Amino acid sequence: MTTPRVLILRAPGANCDAEAQFAFEQAGAIVQRLHINRLRENPDLIQRFQILTVPGGFTYGDDVAAGKVLANQLSCFLGDALRRFRDAEKLILGVCNGFQALLKAGLIVPPDEDGPVATLAHNASGMFQDRWVRLQVFPDNCPFLRGIESMLVPIAHGEGRFVCRTQWQLEGLLQTGRAVLRYVQNPNGSQGDIAGLCDVTGRVLGLMPHPERHVLPTHHPYWTREGLANEGDGLALFRNAIRYFH
Amino acid sequence: MLWEVTIRPRGHDSELARITEEYALLSHSNERVLTGSGRGYLLEGQLTEDEAGRLCRDLLVDELVETYRLAPLGTTDAEAFATVLLKPGVMDPAALSVVDAARDLGLTLDAVRTFRRYYGPGTPNGLLRKALANDAIEQFVQGPLHLDHLAVGKPYEFKLLYVPLDGTDDDLMTISRRGQLSLSLEEMRTIRDHFRRVGRTPTDIELETIAQTWSEHCSHKTLKGIIDFNGTRHHNLLKETIFAATQQLRREMGADDWCVSVFEDNAGIVKFDDQFHACFKVETHNRPSAIEPYGGANTGLGGVIRDPLGTGLGAKPVCNTDVFCFAPLDMPVESLPAGVLHPRKIMKGVVSGVRDYGNRMGIPTVNGAVFFDERYVANPLVFCGTVGLIPVNCVVKAARPGDLIVAVGGRTGRDGIHGATFSSAELTDKSEKVSGGAVQIGNAIAEKKLLDVILQARDQGLYHAITDCGAGGFSSAVGEMGADLGAAVDLDRAPLKYEGLSYTEIWISESQERMILAVPPEKWDTLRELCASEDVEAVAIGTFEQTGRLKLRYRDHLVGDLDLHFLHDGRPAVVRQAEWTPPAFDSGEYRGVDTPRSPIVKIDANEALKRILAHPTVASKEWIVRQYDHEVQGGSAIKPLVGPHEGPGDAAVIAPVLGSWRGLAVGCGMWPRLGDLDPWAMAACAIDEAVRNVVAVGANPARVAILDNFCWGNTDRPEVLGSLVLAARACQEVALAYRTPFISGKDSLKNEYNAPGRRIVIPPTLLISAMGHVADVRQCVSMDWKEAGNALYLVGTTKNDMAGSFLHLISGTSGGTVPRPDLAVAPRIFASLHGAITAGLVRSCHDLSEGGLAVAAAEMAFAGGLGADLTATGATGLPDDVELFSESPSRFLVEVKPSHAPAFESAMAPLPVTKIGTVVAQSRLRIAGANGEWIVWASLEELRSAWRGGMRIEAK
Repeated sequence: MTTPRVLILRAPGANCDAEAQFAFEQAGAIVQRLHINRLRENPDLIQRFQILTVPGGFTYGDDVAAGKVLANQLSCFLGDALRRFRDAEKLILGVCNGFQALLKAGLIVPPDEDGPVATLAHNASGMFQDRWVRLQVFPDNCPFLRGIESMLVPIAHGEGRFVCRTQWQLEGLLQTGRAVLRYVQNPNGSQGDIAGLCDVTGRVLGLMPHPERHVLPTHHPYWTREGLANEGDGLALFRNAIRYFH
Repeated sequence: MLWEVTIRPRGHDSELARITEEYALLSHSNERVLTGSGRGYLLEGQLTEDEAGRLCRDLLVDELVETYRLAPLGTTDAEAFATVLLKPGVMDPAALSVVDAARDLGLTLDAVRTFRRYYGPGTPNGLLRKALANDAIEQFVQGPLHLDHLAVGKPYEFKLLYVPLDGTDDDLMTISRRGQLSLSLEEMRTIRDHFRRVGRTPTDIELETIAQTWSEHCSHKTLKGIIDFNGTRHHNLLKETIFAATQQLRREMGADDWCVSVFEDNAGIVKFDDQFHACFKVETHNRPSAIEPYGGANTGLGGVIRDPLGTGLGAKPVCNTDVFCFAPLDMPVESLPAGVLHPRKIMKGVVSGVRDYGNRMGIPTVNGAVFFDERYVANPLVFCGTVGLIPVNCVVKAARPGDLIVAVGGRTGRDGIHGATFSSAELTDKSEKVSGGAVQIGNAIAEKKLLDVILQARDQGLYHAITDCGAGGFSSAVGEMGADLGAAVDLDRAPLKYEGLSYTEIWISESQERMILAVPPEKWDTLRELCASEDVEAVAIGTFEQTGRLKLRYRDHLVGDLDLHFLHDGRPAVVRQAEWTPPAFDSGEYRGVDTPRSPIVKIDANEALKRILAHPTVASKEWIVRQYDHEVQGGSAIKPLVGPHEGPGDAAVIAPVLGSWRGLAVGCGMWPRLGDLDPWAMAACAIDEAVRNVVAVGANPARVAILDNFCWGNTDRPEVLGSLVLAARACQEVALAYRTPFISGKDSLKNEYNAPGRRIVIPPTLLISAMGHVADVRQCVSMDWKEAGNALYLVGTTKNDMAGSFLHLISGTSGGTVPRPDLAVAPRIFASLHGAITAGLVRSCHDLSEGGLAVAAAEMAFAGGLGADLTATGATGLPDDVELFSESPSRFLVEVKPSHAPAFESAMAPLPVTKIGTVVAQSRLRIAGANGEWIVWASLEELRSAWRGGMRIEAK
């Protein structure tokens, strides 16, 4: 089996692309970072890769709403290419701003006849927050999370409060195993403590916390206390993504 | 067609909460004058109502959490009290994004403006208006909006302006003042004489260019000028003290010299590893932040990020720092000087401004501090710093004859005109009104795009030189880069935000997010394509040429033609008088460091400890730290808050090259409380604190580089300048003793407020920023206590030097002996402690600073969730409160495993080290006094809650 190739999508204001690349490389992938303008010129470029990652950052300044402008570009210019990519049994990962963009582009929870079903709104605290959170993992059919029960990872966002249009739609997501990552202590007021969500196939995953920021043992907030682990909790997610193609 | 979209939140209205709090602060009333808020967009373009509706649903509104109202502009919005818009021409990044994003949806907009709207009855008094809008950048409109169009600017009609300088001295000074040139009479005369020799009348752009280049902000003429101090003459204070120390250290280090480029480029450069050097720059943005805190801090950080980017051939920013000085947040509104914003409003704006720029740039903000003193009320200080990594082969830059002058990044508007000369003047009660032109809002994403293409262009070798457009805009950037050559600029080629700028405005505009490159003609096409491929504008606006002249053209008219030699070397030397009279002291024993003593006010030690922990300067800054992304880029190794219960770390450590364990520790030191008593001690203690902060986490003291930022009152007054001279001399002595080279610096003088009958001068404030090498970040230590049973050692000597201490501050005592580091012993302590840390003998380490031993112990305890039993009194025989709260420098509290105790003791020998206690599992801290009784006995919870609540961010 050849080494999977990962495409990290750059866009104006994306800023977690280098550490996402590092995490995937630690997990054994070949990584290329490409600007969204290159994909707009040639959407088929994406098909050369096995994994697409939309990294964290502040695309287009998060003007209007976090990830919204990028979400529109994904829908308007890359919608077909992305759906073909997903349907070819490939993986899509959106972290933080990438999650916001994928969700608002309808790639994780498609809109119904009444419009968008879910969104990520301003934190209940009204403030951007950088802090470490414990996640409970419900791996089910999500290849990124296979075998992971729990993760300690940082969040760093101002708009991460998961909101569903109706209670029954929220319960639907929870009961069908789509809410694969949930906060143990809810930091932002997300409904259902939802930190991460996958699509019906399980192959498209979006999450607010940053697994790529807990790859090295020295990333751990208490490593000076607890000693150095072999690796950070987040690395398993990237390794799982690579293993999926083996 | 003009449309108005108003968007209101479903559920919690955070903007309403913000305004309600601010109004309550100003009015002392809890009257509910507003019922809600909204935000919105004004849209101009050929849009049908259906199209505008689609734009709302598909882009502007998130209907799951918001509702909206779409109407033709000017339609009455029921219950609306007022609308606040940015003034025309003020940077509005969201408006620009909406134009682009609408295009993605196939809709064409000609222009967009954003606004905020407030609902409710309102009140007729001006306080609400003050809470809602900042007149420096915003318009306040009651009732429906009346606008015919949104686009800004009207065509400019060219007219070349001359400024005759043949009048009297009074006439010359009137020209300087009216033109906001901030030029002195002697400088005006020198310019007049120059143009007399040349035989013509200067044009306005020539006079402006000279004013920018000669401004205090750009030329540092005071500190590089002649200073007569108590009988001795400094010909160039900075060169003779701070630079001289670095030069001497470099000579002595010889082959081990690890400085690369110091005091030359936009940031100081030192070695890091085989691939990269590290560079560091810290700037201030005080005056803009006083007037428009959000925009001032925003563009302050944006500006300093461009310094590493404009250093050598460009460094990648890897972390930011920020240090602020404000007046107390609970200051009564009535005591504010006229025209001054409340410190709480200033702090919230400044923190948001730094947050929004740093986070959007994807640069972690890892270290900082906040100081409170009433004298910062009119002149808050905002220091922002950026560390960058630069490939070892990218240090040297030089424009060559024939290179194109290429402007990259943002467009040029009227923003910030006269920023350089404005920052060289004092604030007055009118500043809020007259200085608005110098205040800006940043556009971080424009700078992020610029950063992305610059680093690619650097790696492809597409330019010979780069610098940022900061104060003075093109005028300073082109003038500096072409100083040894000459340049010709076609000002009409510069891309403008809107029509109507004169050639002079284009030349001196300080619009943000712009860089200047020197591009060889054969690389120009490649560079232009690279920029276009990521939607960054790049335009050739001229050529560097070997003429020794700066030629400025506008639509083929020669509007300026200056001799570069005169421009850069023609400024008459500034001669200033300086003096220092130490406060009369009562002991006569110790040279100049004892100050008049008031009766000592005794406070119970338990109570004093909690009050110091709750002092806003000492108290938790978590509210700020959490709003900054301190982990982006993946290099975080020691975070700003450490331990399971989040205590204040001494310094942050990053491993900026992913995959390498080599790190940088970043910390700072400041001791403004000593500024009035003994400026020498103040500077020495600041350096000591900065160095011990980075050493405490594991930096190698032999590889610590430091930066100075002097913020002083008006140095035209001899007593103000005198204290600065003493501080600069201390910098030289201490840098040599500690072998820590200064690599860069910046000064901000004239931090005074003057209104009829009222002068407020900031305390002399020297910020020392430190960057130290960490050979392997896995050897770092944090300050939280780790395990019960471990031994606690006090490293360093405690003295009865209580002047300026926090114990005095909270008890209202003054005077006493001023702390000064022992320059012979301190570097040995740092070296031995570093040896112990790298040998793995140290479990935790914290420096002793504000509040001394007691505060350090409390912080380590609640950070780790473990208590301790300590004995304050060693062999020194000092009073208990001195043992507990003395702020003698060069001291640490160190936790050592019992099995490592002998090795630690011998690693530190023969230096002063005392075992003073043991970590215990109980959640309480006890400290025994000389007679064996517990003088401190407090639960970790009460200590922590005192510390956490001390900032008092929200109004009572």
